[in-house]
Amino acid sequence: MKPIVVLGSGLAGYTLVRELRKLDGDIPITLVTKDSGDYYSKPTLSNAFAQNKEPGSLVLTPAKTMAEQQKFILLANTEVRAIHRAEKKLDTTACVIEYEKLVLAMGADPIRIPLQGDAANEVLSVNDLSDYARFRERLKDAESVAIMGGGLIGCEFANDLAHAGYKVSVIDPGPYPIAGLLPEEAGRQLLEPLQNIGVSWHFGKAAQRVDRSGQSFQLTLTDQTVISADVVLSAVGLRPRIQLAKDAGLSVNRGISVDERLQTSDEAIFALGDCAEINGQTMPYVLPIMHAARALSKTLGGSDAKAVFPYMPVVVKTPAHPIAVLPVPRDAPGSWKILEQGPGIKMGFFNPQDEMVGFALTGEYAKERNEMTARCAAKT
Amino acid sequence: MKVWQCVVCGFIYNEVEGLPSEGIAPGTAWADIPENWVCPDCGVAKSDFEMVEI
Repeated sequence: MKPIVVLGSGLAGYTLVRELRKLDGDIPITLVTKDSGDYYSKPTLSNAFAQNKEPGSLVLTPAKTMAEQQKFILLANTEVRAIHRAEKKLDTTACVIEYEKLVLAMGADPIRIPLQGDAANEVLSVNDLSDYARFRERLKDAESVAIMGGGLIGCEFANDLAHAGYKVSVIDPGPYPIAGLLPEEAGRQLLEPLQNIGVSWHFGKAAQRVDRSGQSFQLTLTDQTVISADVVLSAVGLRPRIQLAKDAGLSVNRGISVDERLQTSDEAIFALGDCAEINGQTMPYVLPIMHAARALSKTLGGSDAKAVFPYMPVVVKTPAHPIAVLPVPRDAPGSWKILEQGPGIKMGFFNPQDEMVGFALTGEYAKERNEMTARCAAKT
Repeated sequence: MKVWQCVVCGFIYNEVEGLPSEGIAPGTAWADIPENWVCPDCGVAKSDFEMVEI
């Protein structure tokens, strides 16, 4: 019997394998990954520093143990060159593999904004464990870090590094922190608590140049402000990895296009996690991946299932001022209202029927996450 | 008393310490944590993931 082949060993790939094994102990599975295949939790990369975690200690389960426990064939350090859909074969750097069903769980690449200057290629991104190891190495002799991007990941890194004693500058062309998810009043709550632990904010401008200056770097911003930093980190967002799917002629948009069954335009091929776009939406967080993986495991196991997503709040790991948000789509009709304000802020997003369909909780209010999620769920 | 780890995010629950910030008293066994409890770090529900004993 030809195996189910999973491409990718991140949360998406491994959650799927785990769920599939729960349903079926015998179905052959092959996992192909371009890294080592060690299982680690990606969300911890942006808050591992304060806990003084060495990269190796972030590995929850080594690849070999995963393969033994979950009974799959592991092809680590292997890249896929092409998908030959007609023959249901993969051309990889190790060998040619036949598949019965193929699951694309390849994740996303960090977006790199074009920069000028002689140190533009010294800017780091942290998107996997080996990036994190490189980042840790650079931080050893550093005192200051400039972070390009004041979104969720940028703010988590800012909190983590400032807490560890680094002088942190955050640069973002937007108007306030985490503007992609939070309403302005909620995002602004982060300003002071992070400033108090050593973060300086530079909103409304972008980095233009990065130049070497002795042992450190000099960033020139669009308004000609100059910031010096020993390490420059880019955290401006992720772009789904779609090239392989595109080259194979699968339907792609921003991500690999799939329906609620996670099926691509080829019925033997599925996509899951950060590389997928489910009915037009990318869902790059932990909870949607868990739900989608569970549905897909059923479909692959033979009983057809659609991914159903409940209300899934996102927790921002900024201990200086905790945040929980149930985001709403950018074009959702309705408006944000302030419900309470005290140590932090509690806001709800109300649709035209005056039903709460989203929320933003900061500071002390972040604890009310479960209760607020239940309130949103109760109205339907 | 045991120590458990969330398979999704690596969050550690130590039964000895409990989670006073989430209203779980020190000494609470994993089995006695309510089913509607969610991982404080990644938000995955108790019923949705496995904590592994470490």
